[in-house]
Amino acid sequence: MEIKWYIFLSVALFCIGIIGALTRRNAIIVFMCIELMLNSVNLLLVAFSKMHLSGMGAGFPQYATDAQLFVFFIMVVAAAEVSVGLAIIVMMYRNTHSIDINFLNRLKN
Amino acid sequence: MGTYITFPELLLWFPLVTGLIAFFIKEQKSVKAWALFSSLITLGISVVSLCYSDSTKYFSYNYVSYEWLKYIGSNFSVGLDGMGHMLTFLTALSFPIIFLATYKNDYKNANAFFGLMLLSQAGLIGVFVAIDALVFYFFWELALIPVYFLCSRWGGEKRIQATWKFFIYTFVSSLLMLVGIIYVYLQTQPAQFSEHSFSLIAFYNANISPGNQSWLFWLFFIAFAVKMPVFPFHTWQPDTYEQSPAPVTMVLSGIMVKMGVFAVIRWVLPIFPSAILKFDNIVIGLSIAGMLYASCIAMVQNDLKRLVAYSSIAHIGLMCAAIFTTNTTGMSGVMIQMLNHGINIIALWIVVDIIEKHTGIRKISELGGLAVHTPLLAIFFVVIALANIALPLTNAFIGEFAMFTGLYEYNAWYAALAGLSIILAAVYTLNMVQKVFYGEDNILTKVVSLVTVKQKIVLTVIVIFIFVLGVYPKPVFDLTKDTVTTILSHLRDPSSMGFK
Amino acid sequence: MRNTFDLIYLIPLLPLIGFLINGLARNVLSKTMVSIIGSGVIFLAFLLSVVVFMSIRGEGFIPQVISYFDFINVGKIKVSFAFQVDQLSSLFLLIITGVGFLIHVYSTSYMKEENAANFARYFSYLNLFVFSMLLLVLGANYVIMFIGWEGVGLCSYLLIGYWFKNTIYNNAAKKAFIMNRIGDLGFLLGIFWMINSLGSVSFQDLFNNENGIVNGISTLNTHTMVGITLLLFVGAIGKSAQIPLYTWLPDAMAGPTPVSALIHAATMVTAGIYMIARSNLMYTLAPTTMTVVAIVGLATAILGATIALKQNDIKKVLAYSTVSQLGYMFLGLGVGAYTGAVFHVMTHAFFKALLFLGAGSVIHAMGGGQDIRKMGGLSKHMRITYITFFIGCIAIAGIPPFSGFFSKDEILSGVFANNPVLYVIGLGGALLTAFYMFRLLAMTFMGKFRGTEEQLHHVHESPSAITVPLIILAFLSMVGGLVGIPAYLMSGGHKLGQFLDPIFLNSNAILAKYEIAHHTEWILTGVSTILILIVSLWAWKKYKNYQPETAEETGLAKVLQNKWYVDELYDAIIVRPLRSLSLFLNNVVERSGIDGLVNGVGKGINYGSRQIRLLQSGQVGAYILMMVIGTIVLFIIQMFAK
Repeated sequence: MEIKWYIFLSVALFCIGIIGALTRRNAIIVFMCIELMLNSVNLLLVAFSKMHLSGMGAGFPQYATDAQLFVFFIMVVAAAEVSVGLAIIVMMYRNTHSIDINFLNRLKN
Repeated sequence: MGTYITFPELLLWFPLVTGLIAFFIKEQKSVKAWALFSSLITLGISVVSLCYSDSTKYFSYNYVSYEWLKYIGSNFSVGLDGMGHMLTFLTALSFPIIFLATYKNDYKNANAFFGLMLLSQAGLIGVFVAIDALVFYFFWELALIPVYFLCSRWGGEKRIQATWKFFIYTFVSSLLMLVGIIYVYLQTQPAQFSEHSFSLIAFYNANISPGNQSWLFWLFFIAFAVKMPVFPFHTWQPDTYEQSPAPVTMVLSGIMVKMGVFAVIRWVLPIFPSAILKFDNIVIGLSIAGMLYASCIAMVQNDLKRLVAYSSIAHIGLMCAAIFTTNTTGMSGVMIQMLNHGINIIALWIVVDIIEKHTGIRKISELGGLAVHTPLLAIFFVVIALANIALPLTNAFIGEFAMFTGLYEYNAWYAALAGLSIILAAVYTLNMVQKVFYGEDNILTKVVSLVTVKQKIVLTVIVIFIFVLGVYPKPVFDLTKDTVTTILSHLRDPSSMGFK
Repeated sequence: MRNTFDLIYLIPLLPLIGFLINGLARNVLSKTMVSIIGSGVIFLAFLLSVVVFMSIRGEGFIPQVISYFDFINVGKIKVSFAFQVDQLSSLFLLIITGVGFLIHVYSTSYMKEENAANFARYFSYLNLFVFSMLLLVLGANYVIMFIGWEGVGLCSYLLIGYWFKNTIYNNAAKKAFIMNRIGDLGFLLGIFWMINSLGSVSFQDLFNNENGIVNGISTLNTHTMVGITLLLFVGAIGKSAQIPLYTWLPDAMAGPTPVSALIHAATMVTAGIYMIARSNLMYTLAPTTMTVVAIVGLATAILGATIALKQNDIKKVLAYSTVSQLGYMFLGLGVGAYTGAVFHVMTHAFFKALLFLGAGSVIHAMGGGQDIRKMGGLSKHMRITYITFFIGCIAIAGIPPFSGFFSKDEILSGVFANNPVLYVIGLGGALLTAFYMFRLLAMTFMGKFRGTEEQLHHVHESPSAITVPLIILAFLSMVGGLVGIPAYLMSGGHKLGQFLDPIFLNSNAILAKYEIAHHTEWILTGVSTILILIVSLWAWKKYKNYQPETAEETGLAKVLQNKWYVDELYDAIIVRPLRSLSLFLNNVVERSGIDGLVNGVGKGINYGSRQIRLLQSGQVGAYILMMVIGTIVLFIIQMFAK
C-alpha cells in the first residue's frame, strides 16, 4: 500500500480527535479524543518506519528501528498519562459530581 | 606569581563559606559572633594582602585564573590591583564595623540575616576582584540579590514597595549591562579555546567602532549610574535607605555605591574611549545638576535618613563628574574619595541608627537637645558631619580638593557650579546638627541612654581614620596611582598596552 | 639659626595638645587645671614666637620654608605640609599668641560660672582656634593656609554656638559658618586656578625673588591675575566681613565676649588682610582688583560706621566698628599701603581686644545686660575698666599719640596719595568712628545709672584676671603706634615698615611712588586730628547726660537702627527663593516627576498584566482551542518562512 493512505488515515484520525476535544464538554470524551490524536501520530510513525525499511526510503534502516522503538515509548508514556488523567477525572467527579470541563474554571480566580 | 596568588581567592571564598555556614547556626547570639568573627578574619586577610601589594604592577601580583567556561572563553579569573586592594579593604573594614555598631540589634531568623550579609560581602569582594566580564556579572548579581531579601524581609513598614523599586531599577539596569557585555564579547579577539573571550584584557582590546561605542556606553553607564546613583536614576535610593534595616543601609551606601563608581572606572572608561570623549560633557553636566539638585532637596528634608541619603547622592555626583574629567588629578581624587566616603557615610548611618534606636524618631523637627544628654554622641556626630562637608584635615577634604581641581582642569565653570554644593552642603549639614543635637531637649530626647562600648570603639576608630587620612593621605594615593595612570593612558591611546 | 626654626612646629602643636587634653579629659580635669593647661600652652607658644621674632629681626634675614611631608601630591597638585617663617608670619604669630594669651587669662575669670565640663569645652575650642589661626599664618602655601582658614571658621562656629541650647545663638553660628563658606568657595576656586595655570600654590614658588626676577606669577597675563586675585578676595570678603558678606559678624556677638575679642576682632577677621598682604605681589600686578578691594573696603568702612551710630547693644556697636575698621584695612591694601594695613591689623588687635574685653567687664558687672541705654555712670564703680576703655576709645578714634592714630594716618595718607576723593570719604568714616565710640563711652560710663536697683547693687570692679589683661592691652594701645612713626615726624621712626620691608619689596618697586610733601602731610594730619577732636567732644557732650528717648526713631535713624535692612534684603532675595526652589524640587520634580515616572512604569506594567489576565478564562476548551490555533499559526509561519 502506498504511504499516502496511511497519512490520510492518520490525518483523519487527528482531525476527529481535535474536533472532539474542542467541541465536547464531557471530560472523558475529551480525554479519549486526545488519546486518538496521540495514536494517530503513532500510526504515522509506524508507517514511516515501514517506508524507510523498504521502498522509497530504503537505505536508512537505522531510522526504521528507531521509530518502532519510539512507538513503544509513546505507548508507555500514554498509558502513564491515562492513569494520571483518569485519576484527575475521578477526583473531579468526586468534588463536583460532574465531569463537565466547563466547571473546571476555578483557576481563573 | 609567587606565593601571594591566593589573596583574592581567600578574600572571596572566606565570606562565602562562612556565610553559608551561618545559615545553619540557629542561635542568635552565636550567629552574631560568628559573623563578626568571619568579618574580622576577612579584614585580617585584607590587611595582610595590602602588605604584599605592589602598586607599581597592574595585576601582576595577586592574579589567579581557573578554567571555568573555557569553550565560551570565560575563565574564573580574579586579581587585585591598587584600586581593587583599596576597595576590598573598604569592604573588609566596613563589615566588622557594621556588625559591631549594630551588635545590639536583634533580628528574626538571625541566621538567614547574617548569612545573607556575608554572602553579600562575598559578592562585593567578587565584583572588586573580578577580571573577567562573566565573573564580574555573576558577582554583581550575587552582591545585589541578598540585599533584595534583606530589605524585603527585615525592612521597615514600606519595605516591599521600596524593595520593589530597588529591584526594578537595579534589575533592568543589570540586564542592560548583560546585553552590553554580550555585544562587546562578540567583538573580542579569539581566545585559546573559543572564538571570543570574556577576559578584561580582551574587552579592553575589543574592536568596537565609535558608532557602536556610543550606545554600548549608555548601556553600561546606565547600569552603573543606577547603582551610584546619578541623577536622574536615583529615586530608588532614599526609599531603600529609609526602609532597609540599618546594617543593610550601611552596606548599600558605604560599599554598594562604590561598586558603581568602581565599575565605571574599570569596565567603562577603557572599553569605550571614544564614547567617553564624546559624552563626557553630558555626564559631567548631569552629575553636577544632580549634585545641586540633591543638595537642594536635602535642605528641605525632615527625615534624618532621607537627608543623609540625598547628601550621599550629592557626593556621588561629584565623584561621577570627576571620573569623566579623565585627568589624573580628578581620578586620584575619586580613588581616595571612594574609601573616605565609604567610611564616613557608614559612620553617619551608625549615629543615625543610634538616634533612631534610642528615641524612636527620625523626624528632624521633633529631635533636639541631644547634646545635653549624650555629649559624646554629639562630638562624634559633629566630627563625622564635618568630614561629610569636607572640612580640611578630615579625609574627605583631600578627595574633594583633588576632585574639584580635576574638574577645574576640565572646565572652570563646571567647577564653580559644582562648588555651590560646598555651600549647600554646609547649610543642610549644620541645619541637621543644630536641629538634632542643639537647642532645648524635649521629652522624647530625654530618654536617650549612652552609646554602647562597642559603638564607642567603632566610632573612635572611624574618627581616627578620618583624621589620619585627612593629614596623611599619601599611602592611598600611592596605592591607587598605578591604576589611575594605566587606565588613563589606555583611554588616551587604546593601542598602548599599558596593562597586562 | 636653623635650630630655632626646627622647633617651629611646636608653636601650632602646643595649642593642639592643649585642645586634645582639655577636650578629651574634660570630665576629669578641674577648672584650675583646665585654665592652667589652656593658657599655659598659649603662653609657651607666645614665648616661642618671641624667640622666632628675635631671630628674624636682624638685617638680611632670608625667608625660610620648613617642609615636613607631602600633604597632597597627586596629578597637578603638589602641596607639601610646610611652614613659612618670615617677617610677616612672625609678626602675626606675636599678635595671635600674645593677644590670645591675654584673652585666655581673661576667660579663666569670665567663664568661671560655667560647669567644669563646659569650661573645659570652652578652653579646648579656644585652643583649637589658636592652633588653626597659627596654621593659617604659618602655612607656606595657599592650601595649608586654607586649612587654617576653614579651621578658624569652624572654631568661630563652635564658639558662637557655645551656649548651644539657645536657638538664636545657633542660628548666628550657622550663619557665620555658611557666609564664611561662600567666601571659602571663592578662595578654593582661586587655588584651583593657581594650580592649573601656575602648577604650584607655594608662596616661595609664586613670589620667589631671585636676583630681582620674580618667578611664578610673572608668567601670568593680567587677565588671569585679576581673576585669581578677585577670587581670593572673595575669600577675604567672607572671612573679614566685608560687603556683601559682613552680616554674620554682628550676629557672631552671640558668643562669649572673650571670643568676640579674640576671634571676631583681633585675629580671625584679619585673616583676609593677612592673605592679601601675603599675596601682595599678585595684587599689585592686578590693578583692577586693587580698585575693587579699595572700593569694597571703603564702602564697608562707611557702612559699618553708619550702622554703629545707632546701635544700642554694647557689643553690636563694637562689632560694626570692627567691620568698619576692617574696611579701612582693605582700603589700605587697595591703595597699596600694605605696611599701613598690617600696622592697622596690629594696633586694631590691641585696642579692639581691649574694647571688647572692657565691654565684657561691663557686661559682667551688669549681670549680663548689654543695652547701653540701661547703663550709665559706671565710671564711678569701675575705675580700671573705665580708664582702659577710655584709652581704647582714644586709640580707635585716631587721636595722637595713641596707636590708632599712626596706623590710620598711614592708611589715609596712602589713600590721599592715590585718590583725594577716597581720602575725603575715608576721613568722613574716621569722624563717624570717633562719634560712635565716644557716644558709646559716654552712654556707658557717664551720667546717671539707668539700670535696675538690683543691677546697681551688683555693679563692681572685675577681678584681677580681667583687669590685668585690660591694663596690658591699654598700655599696648597707647604705645603700640610708636613702632610706626611716619617719616615726616621722625626720620627712620617707622621700625615696623623697615621690618616688613622685605615682604613688600617687590610690590613697592612696582607701585608708582606717590610722594606727598611733608608739609602736605602735616596739614592733613592737623586738620584730621582737629576734626576728630571736635567730633569726639561733640559726641561726648551730647551723650554725657543721656536720657532714654521715648519717641520712636524715624527716617534715616530708623534705617540705621535696622542696619539698612540688609538682612531682610538677603532673606528676600536669597534665602526664601532658595527654599522655595528646594521645596519645588522636592515636592514636584522629585516626588511627582522622576518618582512618578518610575512608579508610572511599574503601574503601567501592573495594569497591562491585569488586562492580559482576562485571557486566562479558566475554560479548558478555550485553552485547547488556543493551543490548536497557535500550532496552526506556527505551521503557517514555518511554511512562509522557507
